[in-house]
Amino acid sequence: MTFRPDPGTGPGAHARIDPGARTRIDPGAPPRAAGPPWRPMARMAARRALSAVPVLLAVTFGVFAVAALSPFDPVKAYAGQAGLTASQAHLDELRANLGADRPLVGRWWDWLTSALTGDLGTSTVMRQPVADVIAERVGWSVLLAATAFTLAVTAGTLLGVLAARRPGGLMDRLTAAAAYVLEAAPPFWLGLLAVWVCSVSLGVLPSGGLTDAGADTVTAGQVARHLVLPALVLGVSQLPWFFLYVRQGVADALAEDPVRGARARGIAERTVLFGHALRAGMLPTLTLIGSRVPELITGALLVETVFSWPGVAAATVQAATSVDFPLLAALTVLATVAVLVGNLLSDLLYGLADPRVGFDG
Amino acid sequence: MAEPRLRLRVAATAAGVLLLAVLVVPLAVPVDPQAVDLSARLLPPSWQHPFGTDDLGRDLLLRCLHGLRVSVLVGAVAAVAATVVGTTVGAVAAALGGRVDRLLMRTVDTVSAVPHLLLGIFVVALFRPGLWPVVASVAVTHWPSTARIVRAEILSLRTRPYVDAALSGGASRGRILVRHLVPGVLPQAGLAAVLMVPHAMWHESALSFLGLGLPARQASLGTLVQHARSSLLAGDWWPTLFPGLLLILPTLAIAGLAGAWRDRLSPRRRSELTL
Repeated sequence: MTFRPDPGTGPGAHARIDPGARTRIDPGAPPRAAGPPWRPMARMAARRALSAVPVLLAVTFGVFAVAALSPFDPVKAYAGQAGLTASQAHLDELRANLGADRPLVGRWWDWLTSALTGDLGTSTVMRQPVADVIAERVGWSVLLAATAFTLAVTAGTLLGVLAARRPGGLMDRLTAAAAYVLEAAPPFWLGLLAVWVCSVSLGVLPSGGLTDAGADTVTAGQVARHLVLPALVLGVSQLPWFFLYVRQGVADALAEDPVRGARARGIAERTVLFGHALRAGMLPTLTLIGSRVPELITGALLVETVFSWPGVAAATVQAATSVDFPLLAALTVLATVAVLVGNLLSDLLYGLADPRVGFDG
Repeated sequence: MAEPRLRLRVAATAAGVLLLAVLVVPLAVPVDPQAVDLSARLLPPSWQHPFGTDDLGRDLLLRCLHGLRVSVLVGAVAAVAATVVGTTVGAVAAALGGRVDRLLMRTVDTVSAVPHLLLGIFVVALFRPGLWPVVASVAVTHWPSTARIVRAEILSLRTRPYVDAALSGGASRGRILVRHLVPGVLPQAGLAAVLMVPHAMWHESALSFLGLGLPARQASLGTLVQHARSSLLAGDWWPTLFPGLLLILPTLAIAGLAGAWRDRLSPRRRSELTL
């Protein structure tokens, strides 16, 4: 690791009027460099992409191996009702056509090579190519997840700071208790309660779908109205974790010397809370954001189903209910990719936030 | 927390009451929870039916307790299975080291890379229907964390003097593993298993809610919530509310007990985040 001259402490740097600027002497803070260290970051991303290859190979093979062990029969699934009356010769022909008579490794390799050319097979439940199903739906899932996550991060930060301000105080105890209850509450149950309160009792928000029934065009206003409840529920289900970490981080930072120094110099309490304690306390939390992708996917599976949101997570559940193997396999692999990207993002953020960690992982 | 003793008492009481209700009530109350009474459909909570009745006139308190029993049983069996698998994998990886260790730990990484509920959905979809696929799917997704804990613990136990003593006494590697190392990690593995039960229950209820879990005659709490959806849209909230509350309660009780246990082990560091 090389230390660059820190432009933040050069001549003239102290001429700023901002009272917070001179007090940032946190020893753990990164030396302020000219910009992000792009090259080490790119090297790390490339290394991770390489190490993701065996993981993805293993996951795809595992998907096929589990299917081969299970009583699931692709021929019967493909033939559906007609399979009950079809002759054995006909079924055998179908089996040969589908390649289902070939050994496990051959089927896996076929799927993998055609997946690399963008052909993921055909979904039996949606009756269209799997790639099209994903392309149509992934945007809605990203919209929902991004809205929910923004909500969780914003509300979690605010509540965390408020709770940490007086550890053991009324606010702290109330919010922490609520957070533990919310963390234990299943998201599907929260979703149903939200439907009951907002849609059934008050009648102010739609209970599901993307647009009103009977509407044949998707307008931004309708989507926004239908987004409120699912995003709220998904956000609330992610909130406790974030809140508890911010609360802990800020409470720890409030007991440390920089904060004591800032308070001794008579800096306003709000600046101390948000400018000093939050900045120091948020670092470990921010870097964990990427590693929350699995929980976000878990929540999305349940919330999208409750609200009939037309995203990939709801499609996963439909694919599972009707044993649509091509779609289920593709979505499982897609989710794994999302988790790996999240982990990379988390490590990149960590390296950025704390240069001692670096980008060697 | 401000009052650790109070917290311990509340958690222990809640856990005790729940356990008693799960073990005793379904046996002591001779009423069949499946008995349909169409004259008592969707009655709101009252003294006679504290949780109300569902759309087929069945008492919800009774159904919830039966459902809780199913959930706890599935959760406990799955947690034990996951702990056995995880302990075996972790112990073998730590004891053999080298290539086997790397291979097993890569497997652990790979399984952990797939989101838990999604992997569970995948397994259940292919092997359904029935009770065992659900148990298996929860176990399959939960063993990697135990394997990591056990491996790390055994690696640190391996450097203790009593292991050296056993080695110089001529004990074989297998004997050292079984007699000296595995017993040392059992308390930690046991604590992990207990903490896993609420998580496994949560998991099972999510699968059941999605319609991929237990069959309707073995109604778990998740099945009850799913069944309540149609009543909820008509404004009847009680069939949805109570099963969910009963899912939250065990999680909180066990988290409270585990917190008290942790405070006892290391009273100085009372971080609430390291369970």
